[in-house]
Amino acid sequence: MATKASRSAARVMMAPAVVLLLGWMLVPLTMTLYFSFKKYLPMRGDSLENGLDWVGFENYTRFISSSAFWPSVQTTLVMVGGVLAITVILGILLAILLDQPFWGQGVVRILVIAPFFVMPTVSALVWKNMLMDPVNGIFAHLWRFFGADPVSWLSDASLSSIILIVSWQWLPFATLILLTAIQSLDSEQLEAAEMDGAPPLSRFWHIILPHLSRAITIVILIQTIFLLSIFAEIFVTTGGAFGTRTLTYLIFQRVVDSQNIGLGSAGGVYAIILANIVAIFLMRIVGKNLDA
Amino acid sequence: MARAVTPQRKILTTLVAWIIGLLIFFPIFWTILTSFKTEAQAINDPPLFLFFDWTLENYAVVQERSDYMRFLWNSVIIAGGSTLLGVLIAVPAAWSMAFVPSRRTKDILLWMLSTKMLPAVGVLYPISLLFVEFNLLDTRIGLIVVLMLINLPIIVWMLYTYFREIPGEILEAARMDGATLKEEILYVLTPMAIPGIASTVLLNIILAWNEAFWTLNLTAAQAAPLTAFIASYSSPEGLFFAKLSAASTMAIAPILILGWFSQKQLVRGLTFGAVK
Amino acid sequence: MGRIQLKSVTKSFGDVQVIPPLDLTIEDGEFTVFVGPSGCGKSTLLRLIAGLEDITTGHIEIDGKDATDLVPAKRGLAMVFQSYALYPHMSVRKNIAFPLKMAKMDKAEIDRRIEAAASVLNLTDYLDRRPGQLSGGQRQRVAIGRAIVREPAAFLFDEPLSNLDAALRVGMRLEISELHKRLATTMIYVTHDQVEAMTMADKIVVLQAGVIEQVGSPLELYQRPRNTFVAGFIGSPKMNLITGAEAQKHDATTIGIRPEHIEISQTEGVWKGKIGVSEHLGSDTFFHIQTDVSKEPLTVRAAGEMSLGYGAEVYLSPRTEHLHRFDAQGLRLG
Repeated sequence: MATKASRSAARVMMAPAVVLLLGWMLVPLTMTLYFSFKKYLPMRGDSLENGLDWVGFENYTRFISSSAFWPSVQTTLVMVGGVLAITVILGILLAILLDQPFWGQGVVRILVIAPFFVMPTVSALVWKNMLMDPVNGIFAHLWRFFGADPVSWLSDASLSSIILIVSWQWLPFATLILLTAIQSLDSEQLEAAEMDGAPPLSRFWHIILPHLSRAITIVILIQTIFLLSIFAEIFVTTGGAFGTRTLTYLIFQRVVDSQNIGLGSAGGVYAIILANIVAIFLMRIVGKNLDA
Repeated sequence: MARAVTPQRKILTTLVAWIIGLLIFFPIFWTILTSFKTEAQAINDPPLFLFFDWTLENYAVVQERSDYMRFLWNSVIIAGGSTLLGVLIAVPAAWSMAFVPSRRTKDILLWMLSTKMLPAVGVLYPISLLFVEFNLLDTRIGLIVVLMLINLPIIVWMLYTYFREIPGEILEAARMDGATLKEEILYVLTPMAIPGIASTVLLNIILAWNEAFWTLNLTAAQAAPLTAFIASYSSPEGLFFAKLSAASTMAIAPILILGWFSQKQLVRGLTFGAVK
Repeated sequence: MGRIQLKSVTKSFGDVQVIPPLDLTIEDGEFTVFVGPSGCGKSTLLRLIAGLEDITTGHIEIDGKDATDLVPAKRGLAMVFQSYALYPHMSVRKNIAFPLKMAKMDKAEIDRRIEAAASVLNLTDYLDRRPGQLSGGQRQRVAIGRAIVREPAAFLFDEPLSNLDAALRVGMRLEISELHKRLATTMIYVTHDQVEAMTMADKIVVLQAGVIEQVGSPLELYQRPRNTFVAGFIGSPKMNLITGAEAQKHDATTIGIRPEHIEISQTEGVWKGKIGVSEHLGSDTFFHIQTDVSKEPLTVRAAGEMSLGYGAEVYLSPRTEHLHRFDAQGLRLG
């Protein structure tokens, strides 16, 4: 559908974006890979100028065998899994609710979506102080009102608290996408099922849920990619303490706090591999959609 | 088509939906409300809802003490700059992919997407190193470039999905009419794609505004945007609820308003066109 | 001036050759119609002439100058697209002015040409509207206006009437013919509708699978179709094609006879048949008649109104001077 001239123009016009992204991907990735095979502790006098010692896979084995690694993997899985479960289940229910006719639909929609636009540092701080503060937070007031002892959320139930905060941020995303998907459901299908005598619950199981399956998969995959690299929420609430150190945060600490670049880089490579496993599945879905 | 529902059912739905909506919105509402209280009222037990002395004092204090305007300005420059730069680079690329597709177009698009999935923490040190090397640490231009790069795949994708909806014949007509490639893109494609470009810009401003990994790790005093401004409240000033609330409100208000305008495009942008 | 010559032009998409080597000359001022079933390569051929597609091998000359490697803008041709391809964000005036602005023409001249084109096309009252506010026929006229203001060497029309309803199509057909008479500029017109081809063309090019089946004036094609494909494609209703024993009587593999060249009688004739469906148009009556000479029912035209009941027995006599004979390859004999 085109001429040689337009094809060569197309190549030229695509070049800046492709070259920039290629550089953005390859340069740091190569450096991370390089450091991951080196002993690199800037605080102890290692520097690029003097050359770094090659240590083979030592950083990789040390990263895995460190006492912090498996707990961090567990924390990551619990956090990602918890947020996914909450946002997807509540997201489906909310999407169905918002799809019903009621007064003030537009306003309620806006109220529900709003958290998504709040920057991560703000939502983390607001939750930490205004809601979860064990003395002056709203939750503490509520607990006292019902005669219970206020909870020190971020130290006693730290991981659950972070899951709650992150879920609050991502629930709008899940709801919005699932709502869009529900609205694309052909209502004749539902009416046909109703004519066939299917009660509401089985209409949900056999028609609505299968229709949503693709959207749910997309929500899960995209959220997983973002959730795996959750940073600011932990940074400003617990700083990785009280069992909230995820893999991302562990790597961050290795690089920034303990300045062990080699070890941190090896961790980075693990994180990249993990993200890519999820990414492959997402790409398949998006790629299929591209052909349609 | 939507059928009539019984009034009872509609009232019930309305009630439930509003309660849930307000519950979800509550943290934001409470923050905004608290920002107008004095510190003492902010921690009053029981919490005060409407009957307190409304004051703007916190806003004045926050501005005075932490120079809110500078952070705001940094946020505006960084979010706006990275988006603008991204769009300038992405429009030609999206034109190519949408109107001169080749066998490799799909692979290139998916590959671009894959760069978006690179975990930032995995390349934190190399990027910091490069920033030091090129004197970019704590500069706006450095952040503009980084945020542009992390959002470029989304910008290209969104523009691509919008451009694909424009009939190729119109661009061919422009070519027949003697327009050069530049004129074709400037006078025909761009004006027709304005709604799509606008929503792309809007969504990416939001994403750049709220980005909180690179903005926290690559800035110190000079180029820090609002994300870092708020992070500085984590302790011990965080204990001053009213001031924290005022600072938070100021940090989120601009984007909350933009966000409401862009909610329709949000789905398409964030799912790379997989859900419309 | 607008003489267009295609010399051994071919076009391949990947490994698929959609146009095998093809030679064609379109004379200056001629109204040439490319006609053929969908997928026959007629639109591709037009786009090759326009420069919207590269030719794979061969040459295109416009007014004797090689235009093979020229970009569309430099060929001096104007095109009217099937979808009209109007710029939706510009007013009618700006749409028409666009090619002139691109040519950096001065403001006064642009205005003069727009006014002239608008009055020819009855668009004067609509100049400040957007394309979205116009009817199909008006949009079509804007697209034509955008083409004529450039005073191109030739106009290219890509199925311009296929998006209009039937009544409007007849009107626009006349307008375009009228325009051609007035401007006397070369026009190349692509359509799948043989009625448009017959009514508008000076010269018809019948295409099938990228191959030119026949080039000629409408009457040449009607009277002397070169092969069975052209015979079946040109003319409405279609020519009756008969194979088998009846054809062999005339030393041919296939014989063809047009519906208007068969006499129908209730008493005597060469072929005997039974009336099937009758179509009454008022001016004509078409009968579909099952006979012994062909498996397919024959179509027969009777002038004016004629009523024959379903299943009635009739006799048919082909007017032998209008009989077409084709050989085993489908090519015309004699």
